[in-house]
Amino acid sequence: MSHPPLHVEVRDLTLAFGPHVVQSDLRFGIRRGEIFVIMGDSGCGKSTLMRHMIGLNRPARGDVLYDGEPMWEGDEDARERLKDRFGVLYQNAALWSSMTLEENVSLPLAERKAMDADDARAVARLKLALVGLAGFEDHHPAEISGGMRKRAGLARAMALDPEILYFDEPSAGLDPLSSRRLDDLILELRDSSGTTIVLVTHELPSIFELGDNAVFLDAERKTMIAQGPPAEMKQSDEPKVRAFLERGRL
Amino acid sequence: MTVSTATTNVAKLEVSREAGVVRVRLSGRFTLDAGLPSADDVERALAEAPAGTRVVFEPSGLEAWDSALVGFLFAVAGHAAARGSAVDASALPEGARRLLELALAVPARVMAQEPKDDALTARVGTVALRAWRTASDALEFLGETAAAAWTLARGRTRFRRVDLMHAVESAGVGALGIVALINLLIGAVLAFVGAVQLQQFGAAIFVANLVGIAVTRELGPIMTGIVMAGRTGAAFAAVLGTMTVNEEVDALRTMGLRPVEFLVLPRVVATALMLPALVAYADLMGILGGTFVGVAVLDLGAVEYLRATQSSLELRHVAIGLVKSVAFGVVVALTGCYYGIRCSRSAAAVGEAATRAVVMGIVFVVIVNTVFTVLLHVAGL
Repeated sequence: MSHPPLHVEVRDLTLAFGPHVVQSDLRFGIRRGEIFVIMGDSGCGKSTLMRHMIGLNRPARGDVLYDGEPMWEGDEDARERLKDRFGVLYQNAALWSSMTLEENVSLPLAERKAMDADDARAVARLKLALVGLAGFEDHHPAEISGGMRKRAGLARAMALDPEILYFDEPSAGLDPLSSRRLDDLILELRDSSGTTIVLVTHELPSIFELGDNAVFLDAERKTMIAQGPPAEMKQSDEPKVRAFLERGRL
Repeated sequence: MTVSTATTNVAKLEVSREAGVVRVRLSGRFTLDAGLPSADDVERALAEAPAGTRVVFEPSGLEAWDSALVGFLFAVAGHAAARGSAVDASALPEGARRLLELALAVPARVMAQEPKDDALTARVGTVALRAWRTASDALEFLGETAAAAWTLARGRTRFRRVDLMHAVESAGVGALGIVALINLLIGAVLAFVGAVQLQQFGAAIFVANLVGIAVTRELGPIMTGIVMAGRTGAAFAAVLGTMTVNEEVDALRTMGLRPVEFLVLPRVVATALMLPALVAYADLMGILGGTFVGVAVLDLGAVEYLRATQSSLELRHVAIGLVKSVAFGVVVALTGCYYGIRCSRSAAAVGEAATRAVVMGIVFVVIVNTVFTVLLHVAGL
């Protein structure tokens, strides 16, 4: 049986800050339309890996390929073009605080797609409505709740109709109901638009509910120690992975 | 051997050594308000005892305990572990025993640390390398800003006009009050100082010349530059630093928008535009301050004073002050934005960025002023 080509490939990636290695020799692939989970214990470098995958940090070694196109081998212009392919929801939503929600979503449309202001506003309203924030267009980020900020951040991440959406700890700081609503929204997005989703999380309900495939990073060995579907990883040879997924003791 | 220590008048510690056992008797109140008892006696007893000696706690006279007791037990357990001695805590109150077990459950993480070289050459080298990295980073930032300014000059504006307007308002109208106050007082002080000297020669009217030229050419621009470094430079560093901490700057990058174009350029343009306007206003305020002193202290007429100012003040003095102020504006805004955008990810780092922006902003204003003064002197202006 032939597999569809990889949408994102992490090839021999080593993440380091100066002499301090965070993770090394990471190798995994993400297929188009799947929900891929990056998990591991606190401080293992999950968010750091995401920052390298989205072009914010240059890896010490290795590369990240989007449809076979390397991110770090090419020049800055090529890298900027690759950025159009993905959107990012940051842990704290990272909405631009001086702008309204509508301006937050319409800015990338106006700048990257050169849309005129009215069209950009109309698309921004649609994106905000898709995440259940119709009527909040003129609110500033400080005027809405944490869960709403996350959804507004998602609307902004979706602004350019990206092929891939990155989520950094989407459930962090949310109550169980808001967290569940966000998970449902992520599933709905994947099912309706076929977007590839990369999820950085250690929330077990989200991992099992959403993840098609996953990779487990270990803080002590500073590399990945398991990969595959989360349900299968429960039977991993690695006691730490089993304990993590069973929320048990080593 | 028995060592008895009363750490306070309420907690008592008795350490005795027998064959294969160091016995620690605890009595009285081991509470935080009495201070943490020292584990030195137990450590000494362990050091004198043969290897493999056990430590046994006997809390028979213990009246009350809290974290002070557990802290003491933890310290003793550390000393015992270092000498390979076992600790018998079975007689301790159950709560204290469990807390001690909890504290010892996860072994302390041993961090591999590079040996620190304290030699003078190593320290000088470290400082030099850090300075070199900062200088090359600042140069890269300047290059990025220059490239963004070139994009702007070619009419491909990438920042939002509303951001420029906000920066204009903040760096312009918002600073009028403090600029007026400082320069009014500087003009008055200068007139006072000048009057004391000039009155001795019957030349009080020349105070107008002194104040007019000094304020328009040097003091107006430099005082306004310093005020702006403390006010606007710090504000830029704090805003951009907070945006960096909140990942808002990262969000711009991942959207393919360059932070230097979007955040730095409008602030630099606004400050460079507003500084000359503020300095013109500062010049007026400085002369007004001088006039007050001339009229109130030197008994000169207001019209007489202003005429003297007008006749002594050449346009070049005012023009030199205004040209310098553009450079001050650029320097203040660049310094504030640089420290803000290079801020690391913590609340403390934002405060540090604002402080550095102010200090370095003032330093750069004075340096730029000195360069101008030397160049103008050489040019005979």
